[in-house]
Amino acid sequence: MSTLLEVTNLTVEYPTRFGIFTAIENINLSIKAGEIHGLVGESGAGKSTIGAAIIGLLSSPGYVASGDVKLHGESLRQLSDAEYHKLRGAKISMIFQDPQTSLNPLLTIEDQMVETIRQHAKISYSEAFAQAVSLLEEVGLEDVETRIQEYPHQFSGGMRQRVVIALALCTNPDLIIADEPTTALDVSVQKQILALVRTMADERGVGIILITHDIGVIAEITDNVTVLRGGRLKEEGPTAEVLGNPQHEYTKALMAAVPRLEVRLDRFTNIVKDETTNALGSDWKIPGASADFATEWLLKSTREVSQNVDPIMTIKNLDVTFYSERPFAFAKREGFKALKDISLDVVKGEILGVIGESGSGKSTLAKSIVGLVNPSAGEIRFDGDVLPQGSKRSRKDPIRRKVQMVFQDPYSSLNNRRKVYDIIAEPIRFFGLAVSKEETRKIVASVLELVEMPHRAMLQYPHQFSGGQRQRIAVARALVAKPEFLICDEPTSALDVSIQAQILNLLKDLQQTFGMTILFISHNLAVVRQMSDRIVVLKNGVLVEKSSAEDFFNAPQDNYSRKLLHETPSLELLNQTQG
Amino acid sequence: MFTYIARRLVQSVFVMLAVSLIAFALFRYVGDPVAVMVGQETSIEDQERLREQLGLNDAVITQYVRFLGQMVTGDFGFSYRTRAPIAEMILERMPATLELGFVALFISLAVGIPAGIYTALRSDGVLANAILVVTLIGVSVPTFVIGIFLIYFFGVQLGWLPTFGRGDTVDIGWWTTNFLTIDGWRSLILPALTLGIYQLTLTMRLVRSEMQDVMHTDFIKFAIARGINYRSVRYRHALKNSMIPVITIIGLQFGGIIAFSIVTESVFQWPGMGLLFLDSIRYVDIPVMSVYLVIIALVFVVINLIVDILYLLIDPRVRLKAEAA
Repeated sequence: MSTLLEVTNLTVEYPTRFGIFTAIENINLSIKAGEIHGLVGESGAGKSTIGAAIIGLLSSPGYVASGDVKLHGESLRQLSDAEYHKLRGAKISMIFQDPQTSLNPLLTIEDQMVETIRQHAKISYSEAFAQAVSLLEEVGLEDVETRIQEYPHQFSGGMRQRVVIALALCTNPDLIIADEPTTALDVSVQKQILALVRTMADERGVGIILITHDIGVIAEITDNVTVLRGGRLKEEGPTAEVLGNPQHEYTKALMAAVPRLEVRLDRFTNIVKDETTNALGSDWKIPGASADFATEWLLKSTREVSQNVDPIMTIKNLDVTFYSERPFAFAKREGFKALKDISLDVVKGEILGVIGESGSGKSTLAKSIVGLVNPSAGEIRFDGDVLPQGSKRSRKDPIRRKVQMVFQDPYSSLNNRRKVYDIIAEPIRFFGLAVSKEETRKIVASVLELVEMPHRAMLQYPHQFSGGQRQRIAVARALVAKPEFLICDEPTSALDVSIQAQILNLLKDLQQTFGMTILFISHNLAVVRQMSDRIVVLKNGVLVEKSSAEDFFNAPQDNYSRKLLHETPSLELLNQTQG
Repeated sequence: MFTYIARRLVQSVFVMLAVSLIAFALFRYVGDPVAVMVGQETSIEDQERLREQLGLNDAVITQYVRFLGQMVTGDFGFSYRTRAPIAEMILERMPATLELGFVALFISLAVGIPAGIYTALRSDGVLANAILVVTLIGVSVPTFVIGIFLIYFFGVQLGWLPTFGRGDTVDIGWWTTNFLTIDGWRSLILPALTLGIYQLTLTMRLVRSEMQDVMHTDFIKFAIARGINYRSVRYRHALKNSMIPVITIIGLQFGGIIAFSIVTESVFQWPGMGLLFLDSIRYVDIPVMSVYLVIIALVFVVINLIVDILYLLIDPRVRLKAEAA
């Protein structure tokens, strides 16, 4: 097959206040018709920049500094913007990450499809409509004739992504750049969408550049893969070779950091070594503060030494119902049951994994334990005592301290207007855990050291840190309250693989050192496998399976669990490296 | 759809009830109505008889219900100052204010929206920046200063336009209009500009920021990546999406134009409701003030209702929710 796209020595630069920032440097790529080429790397690797440079939509003030992009042997760099724009859609198209935001909410699917088709082909409205219908059928939409008149918000996430793919395909492009096309989707939907992408490549002969941070996706469908880091090409080649037998140090480390479904590892390899060592601040120390002090302080806890092996938390017949707005002042409210009749025990010192797709009620469960959501029926017992509902929990209720939570998104869970010191010191002050300001400072510095952050971090604001560092600050904040029960709601899903490895290691250490009980919520089965002692599976608010982690991954009992396991992208390709 | 509008109507009724309660309290308890109405030499017995006649000795709730009944039937009572029926006074003044308001709104939209789009799309152009600087001045200078400046420049120095009053008007039934004579139009220009400029700058800045936000959304990037021509991307895809928040603000602003045209009307001696209100304050003409309060509240409620219905027409997400309700 002939080469469809040839990228040679592509360098993209962004002028900034502090000089020129090179986003990507000397990138070479070559894609054939019908090939799916993966671009993989962590955030900041320049994956999306390559895609934007190929379709000529670099966000200003970025520009192509050198190198060339050739489509069918013809250089695209000389094109004027108008000429380039004619190429978009006709020859090159794109698929975006989030199907919730990539369709115009005010236009029907018909409007958007027909407009796009007629933009590139001189055909009548009815011909374009017929094309749109057949294409939507091809991508697996049902009942197309009626649904085409609907608006994007009437479709589910997976269906929307199918519409997006149909829109990208409707102009018959030769090359499609798919930027994280399945990141926002559940595993089962991801599987279907990836299969659709594969069909597109095989049957229509479209060349596809698949940009993703997810090694699982790469392993599942790509033919060739290019590994990027910091804007530089680290390794390239056929997917099986690169993943199965990586040559470059970085690729090896990256592969080692990916959680597997098949194996449980005790620890992950750290890839990023330089992140915590802040050259300027490493010698700035609070006297007497150390990770050892933090450990000692946290262990010298207020907790009574209870030797009971009974479950620390018992949840019985828990129901949570969300009510919609009343249609009329005295009308009956419609209820939506987010959790139905949930009963489970959490044993002291274990990590309980909670699995489920979006909408299964995982987060609602977490929120009803900490009291952010009021259950409509059932009870939650902690250490034998019934937990009062959130709104009735008094300020002084010890449960407020004993149960802490780490949220999913470290970018929105820390107050950007407060210094890290104030953020971490707040629980200490609130619960009266220190006697003096000096002690507070010492504790804050020590806990920061415990989560492998420099002491100096306490003088800075959250926006000065990366996602992984922020999540560590969030963990530190949860820790200083000396919790006995820690709830982690998707603590790593917003993070890169390498950062995820660090956070998971940290949580494992904490659990082992302090014997903390952890409720670990995730939709990522591979991550849950690494962490959990026992597993519960939620589906549409109902608990469908409860078992030990080993049993669950070896022989799942429920059909739904089997389906979930089956749909998670397999990483068997990588197993060769796992010596 | 029907229930959605019906619900909004019910809510509006509650708002009006609340406002009428305030208006009633204003009428009944700010000063003694009888003392204001009668002269100093009226005997106590006569005052008591008047009090009895006016029903001021009845229970408060009875009085309030009576007040509501009068408001609903358009029986607004008499002005303390002119002894004329308030309904007539308001009806006579209303066309002037409404015409002024509509022309001001038209100016602010006709200039503000295109200018907003232009400055959003050419954010680094010289002209766009010039417009932004000028409108910043427009936002920060108070209305009466703009009015006085316009009077001085176009009225006094150039002598092109009249500086006060409505000029020649034509009566169509009870409605007197400026729109049918050249002199009427000339009189309208300066006050309408004065009232419109502030709204214009707000509209423009709002359209600009909304449009800039929308141009950075994924669905616009996707439309560009599909090769949709730029004109359609801007005016079919982006503009409609940026208008949703703009409509809310424009609706509220229009209410504001009607309600607070007081300053402009006083600068230009424009014989509208605002000037009437100002005179009423000066002479402590409480019945007129409370009726004015009720009418302005009604204007706001009606505009909000229109905005809600416009939402239904523009945004399918709202439409669907409304159908579900």
